[in-house]
Amino acid sequence: MEHQHSSISSEVSVPQHHYSDAEFKQRVKKTTIILSIVTVIELGLGLLLYATNFDPWLNLAVKGVIIILSLAKAFYIVSIFMHLGDEIRNMIMTIVVPLLLFIWFILAFIIDGNSYKNLRNRYDQHFKESTMPKEHHEKPATEKPRPGKQ
Amino acid sequence: METTGTAQQPKWWSGGKSPFNLEYGKLMMWYFLMSDAFTFGAFLISYGSIRFSQNFWPDPNVVFNAFPGAGHANLPLAFVSVMTFILIISSVTMVLAVHAGHKGDKQGVIKWLFWTIVGGLAFLLCQAWEWHHLITGEHPTLIDGRIEWIGQTTSVNPWGQSVDPSTAAAALQNSSQHSLALLAHEHNHEMSHAQLMGMPKEQLINMIKTADLHIREKGPVAFGGYFYGITGFHGFHVFSGVIINIIMLIMTQKDVFAKRGHYLMIEKCGLYWHFVDLVWVFVFLCFYLI
Repeated sequence: MEHQHSSISSEVSVPQHHYSDAEFKQRVKKTTIILSIVTVIELGLGLLLYATNFDPWLNLAVKGVIIILSLAKAFYIVSIFMHLGDEIRNMIMTIVVPLLLFIWFILAFIIDGNSYKNLRNRYDQHFKESTMPKEHHEKPATEKPRPGKQ
Repeated sequence: METTGTAQQPKWWSGGKSPFNLEYGKLMMWYFLMSDAFTFGAFLISYGSIRFSQNFWPDPNVVFNAFPGAGHANLPLAFVSVMTFILIISSVTMVLAVHAGHKGDKQGVIKWLFWTIVGGLAFLLCQAWEWHHLITGEHPTLIDGRIEWIGQTTSVNPWGQSVDPSTAAAALQNSSQHSLALLAHEHNHEMSHAQLMGMPKEQLINMIKTADLHIREKGPVAFGGYFYGITGFHGFHVFSGVIINIIMLIMTQKDVFAKRGHYLMIEKCGLYWHFVDLVWVFVFLCFYLI
């Protein structure tokens, strides 16, 4: 379907591919359904994490799945809704390649935060004792009322 | 001029045309959005870094469990999923507005832009409610051996670890009349706050069932700053997106684009609007889901 696109600007030499109404409806419908279903799955996994007490590694694995699902959502939004997938390859690369910096960015700062925690737990006893999650169930016997401030 | 044949690849870098086959404004919108993605990314990564440096972080399902009109019902993730769907739907209506623009269909553009604006405003209203609820909804928190009622602000966080009943019971002795009256009111709705305030402290403490107390310690202070900072920055993007869409709606109405012969402006604003939805995917992920 050609519209008045080619006459718009001398900068745009190859008219971009435009979808026919039927094609377009199909694509938007499909993307909307995918986004909705993925969101519902994410919510389900989020509630699953809340409702059950997984061991830490399984917990992390479920969170990893949620992150991957979010990335899939991001892909569909950018590629279909923002039509980046329909641009020419050179243009796509100028957007996507700089974003690869995020791989380092995320890893470096998360690892740094984690290392700071480990250092503090080793050298700052007060930090460790006052913030480490404790089990409440196992110590009703050693019941000592805290002295108040007044 | 170039022929528009697709049979042979045009020489993109031979000059006289955009090597990216895009008009200037749209390309620059993409680069703006890329830099904005780094801004949001930096905020979210900073949040992640701080979160990983803590031994304890509040469970989002405990913090965000309220729904307008549902009182104290525990509904984790419910309200934020409504907000997420509002943004997804408004993104879809924006796609439809852009498509109507391709066809030069003025009425279609107006109709779908209108619904996009409605979606954006609905999202902002939801966010306003959520912030209001978090700031004004006070929770009994153990602070320096006493129980105080605090809301979620940027300087204090009521979502720390649960306090065991014996510690909570001991803390009651040091707590103010006001805090005790509020605690007693939780289980005893017959008496008004004023009546409870007039009662002797001992009697108030006896009214409070220590087994039913849900007292928490203070949580990490950074939680509030990051939550309000990042959702606020996103909300500001939504707000500016709504303003831009309203301007586009007025311009469409006044036939500015019809006279210009194309609706490319709607496309650029559409890119911005989808970006707002895209950022929400990650805000939703980082604050509410994991």
